[in-house]
Amino acid sequence: MSQYLLSVHHTPDDPMFDLTPEQIQPIFEAVDAFNEKLRAEGAWVFAGGLHPIESATTVDYTGDEPVVTDGPFSESKEWLGGFWVIEAADLDAALAWATAGSKACAGKVEVRPFQDEPEA
Amino acid sequence: MQEAQAIERIYRAEYGRVVASLVRRFGDIDIAEEAAGEALLVAVEKWPVDGVPPNPGGWLTTTAGNRAIDRIRRESRRDAKHQAALMLEDDTPHEPTGIVEDDRLRLIFTCCHPALAPDARVALTLRLLGGLTVAEIAQAFFVPETTMAQRITRAKKKIKDTHIPYRVPGPEDLTARLGAVLAVVYLVFNEGYLASSGDAPIREELTGEAIRLGRVLRQLLPDVPEVTGLLALMLLTESRRTTRVAGGELVPLHEQDRGGWDRALIAEGHDLVRACLAAGRPGRYQLLAAINAVHTDAPAAADTDWGQIATLYGQLEALAPSPVVTLNRAVAVAELDGPDVALAMVDRLPLQGYHAWHATRADLLRRLGRSAEARAAYDAAIAATDNDAERAYLSRRRGSLAP
Repeated sequence: MSQYLLSVHHTPDDPMFDLTPEQIQPIFEAVDAFNEKLRAEGAWVFAGGLHPIESATTVDYTGDEPVVTDGPFSESKEWLGGFWVIEAADLDAALAWATAGSKACAGKVEVRPFQDEPEA
Repeated sequence: MQEAQAIERIYRAEYGRVVASLVRRFGDIDIAEEAAGEALLVAVEKWPVDGVPPNPGGWLTTTAGNRAIDRIRRESRRDAKHQAALMLEDDTPHEPTGIVEDDRLRLIFTCCHPALAPDARVALTLRLLGGLTVAEIAQAFFVPETTMAQRITRAKKKIKDTHIPYRVPGPEDLTARLGAVLAVVYLVFNEGYLASSGDAPIREELTGEAIRLGRVLRQLLPDVPEVTGLLALMLLTESRRTTRVAGGELVPLHEQDRGGWDRALIAEGHDLVRACLAAGRPGRYQLLAAINAVHTDAPAAADTDWGQIATLYGQLEALAPSPVVTLNRAVAVAELDGPDVALAMVDRLPLQGYHAWHATRADLLRRLGRSAEARAAYDAAIAATDNDAERAYLSRRRGSLAP
């Protein structure tokens, strides 16, 4: 088994942000149902939705002094909205979860494998 | 020297089997490739002395397998237990049929996984199943060798890092994934049949490789009509190969010497077309194969059943509409209803960047006696292609226009 990060990305013109609470409710419910399925099939490791990108603070201690600044690491047009960490047998299994996850959260999902744990 | 060539030929033919069976056994493409390469070195040393073994594929697989085990022992004492478990897991001997065939099918599907970039799919398939060198693949696609090497390395790394499985997809995914596999094989064939640029108009090593892969697929999936259709399409196209270029100039279908067509390939192609159409599930490749069957059925260009060709292109338009398909239907319509009707169809198509669109327009305008416009269309067609043989043909046609 390998672990994969399934991440959901947003852009400023994401139709998601124009939805009314009534419209967004079924999406929340679909994501809950998807999470339940992940747990029931033993694929769940961790998941969470993130507060909007405005809530980000960046810490940089690559120089002599740590510098704390308001805002995200990069001023990109896309940002991470939330993610799942799952266990899957191979990429096909991870892609199957991502497909269901994308449908549930009504967003694009990026799939990336974690590096293998170093051998003990 | 002849011996070296014979060994090279056998190795090329057996490479896909050897690598595929080692990938199954060791679960690692790099180990499989390195071991296959080492087995070749042993063969080059031994075969000229001992003679070529009766089952060279089996010999190469066994030798490569032993080399791979040696290498794993040498290099991975750190996780020796893990590797030992891997080695014990499966030790199926090389057989000409049976599971080894499945190995190749698994590897084709791995190479054509949708998680890999389309360019990488083609390159990996040619490398791992076709045994072409990175230099040969780079040459075929007119990119620098380093670029192709990086593309292949990146794809192999992605297979390893993301754990793309060595597996034929289940029935629910088979149709979708098979589409990518067939597209790759057809792309390889087309690149060989009409090289997108360069001084070699036809690259028969690529058409040959694509047909060989097509035969493997058909052997492995005999009941999937599109697989049969693609093989038929390639065979019928290939049957005309030697007549397609004369004196460095491309020869269009209606001017080809039909006596030079390969009757054996045509007969085989026709049988396959009948077989797949009988399944009643026509697809893109089957329809294209059927169109080619109609062309190859005509003893002379004038005997061509254009009605049937127009109908088949119409079916193709309904199934997979594209301006290129409509362009081809227009060619048949020109024969049935006249060049003016066809030209009206062609002029509506958004294909201004496509050399065949200009060439078709040029021909229709020539037949309508509109020489000045035809000349401009030939110029545009010549400017839009990098294939020397095609340019030569278009230039001659342009030169023969009435003033």
